[in-house]
Amino acid sequence: MANKHVITLIVNGKDYTLSVEARRTLADALRDDCGLTGTHLGCEHGVCGACTVLVDDKPVRSCLMFAVQAEGCSVRTVEGLAKGDALHLLQKAFWENHGLQCGFCTPGFLMLAAGALEADPDLSEEEIRDILSSNLCRCTGYQNIIKSVCLAANEMRACPPSADR
Amino acid sequence: MKPASFDYIRPGSRAEILAALAAHGDDGKILAGGQSLVAAMNFRLARPEVLIDINGTKDLDYLQPSGDSLAIGALTRHAAFHKPVVDGPLGPLLAKVVRNIAHYPIRQRGTFTGSLAHADPASEWCLVATTLDAEMLIVNAEGERRCRAGDFFKGTFTTAVGAQDLLAEVRLPLLDDGWRSGFYEFSRRAGDFALAMSLAALKLENGRITEARLGVGGVADRAIRLHALENELAGKAPSRELFEDVAASAKAAIKPSEDIHASADYRRDLIRTVVLRALTEAAA
Repeated sequence: MANKHVITLIVNGKDYTLSVEARRTLADALRDDCGLTGTHLGCEHGVCGACTVLVDDKPVRSCLMFAVQAEGCSVRTVEGLAKGDALHLLQKAFWENHGLQCGFCTPGFLMLAAGALEADPDLSEEEIRDILSSNLCRCTGYQNIIKSVCLAANEMRACPPSADR
Repeated sequence: MKPASFDYIRPGSRAEILAALAAHGDDGKILAGGQSLVAAMNFRLARPEVLIDINGTKDLDYLQPSGDSLAIGALTRHAAFHKPVVDGPLGPLLAKVVRNIAHYPIRQRGTFTGSLAHADPASEWCLVATTLDAEMLIVNAEGERRCRAGDFFKGTFTTAVGAQDLLAEVRLPLLDDGWRSGFYEFSRRAGDFALAMSLAALKLENGRITEARLGVGGVADRAIRLHALENELAGKAPSRELFEDVAASAKAAIKPSEDIHASADYRRDLIRTVVLRALTEAAA
């Protein structure tokens, strides 16, 4: 039996103390050990982007990072975007602009866009398109995802989200 | 799609990394960004016994211009190059190239030096290092040695870095203000592996090319620097005809690899096109 590591992950501001093998990916730890199944796993080799989460505010593939590596980092998942019943501006824009159909890729797109726009609120549409090319969607044809993120970016610029996370 | 078991070590200093490498030798593997390694582990194409995670050694993450070169540490992420990191032509050159490396989230974790140590034939940074003749600093518990890019890359996924070595730093020459650069990559989809790419740097004085650097990547087991064609460019005035001739010579000089993505013939055509476009951009 492989050695287990006792680690504490800080996910959406809450501590989770877990006992995991080193080979446990961050994605699996979030889903199976923390019970946060909003983070989806598609390809498990970094291509599809469904598992994108924020680690220390940067969008990363949680299938290409081990949970032991995230010890002490701030991890944010799709469950942390809404504040109670109030959807994040990105979630609201996806809802209103048909930015999703089946919804499998949506958590990854939301976290990718959230991280990119927090790092640079003034991204142009061209830059947003380039960044969104990181993730795959099999339903929407991307146009409504691009539209949703661009509209949310405008609203986020007009009304920056509060700093509390 | 889950990796095999391994032991995990997270050293807190360079000395501890070197001690771990010395202790585990062939069984140990450095984990830097992990954006190629962990994918290969998930497929079980890679099954290291021991992972030595260098992410706990924060002082390996640096960009330091010193003398006539830019020193890049073993933990410097691709994303660090999104904006020019130094004054002069090198900063914009690296910022132009980095946009072609995988995707935005991959660039947040993947490292410059890790790309060189991994030595994927389609790596943009390997092309930059080869074309600009980067200097590598390889260290182990016994000592350190320096090596130029031309002697560093040995073939697909193979370099001068041994099982007990850490590629600790890479130095790129700072280009002075006379240099201009062009980069062109062809891939099937945004962020996908290059089927062919070219980097050209030209030093222009009084309307003439005084020095040239020209490289091609993604077409063979390692990036190729075209020394003979650099000499052909030197001393001439940039022109469409000159660049057409050089691009045709590049096509003739390289025997490209063949895979499911592209035949050798197709890659030959791509070589001509990417070289021509890189040169044209450099002279624009």
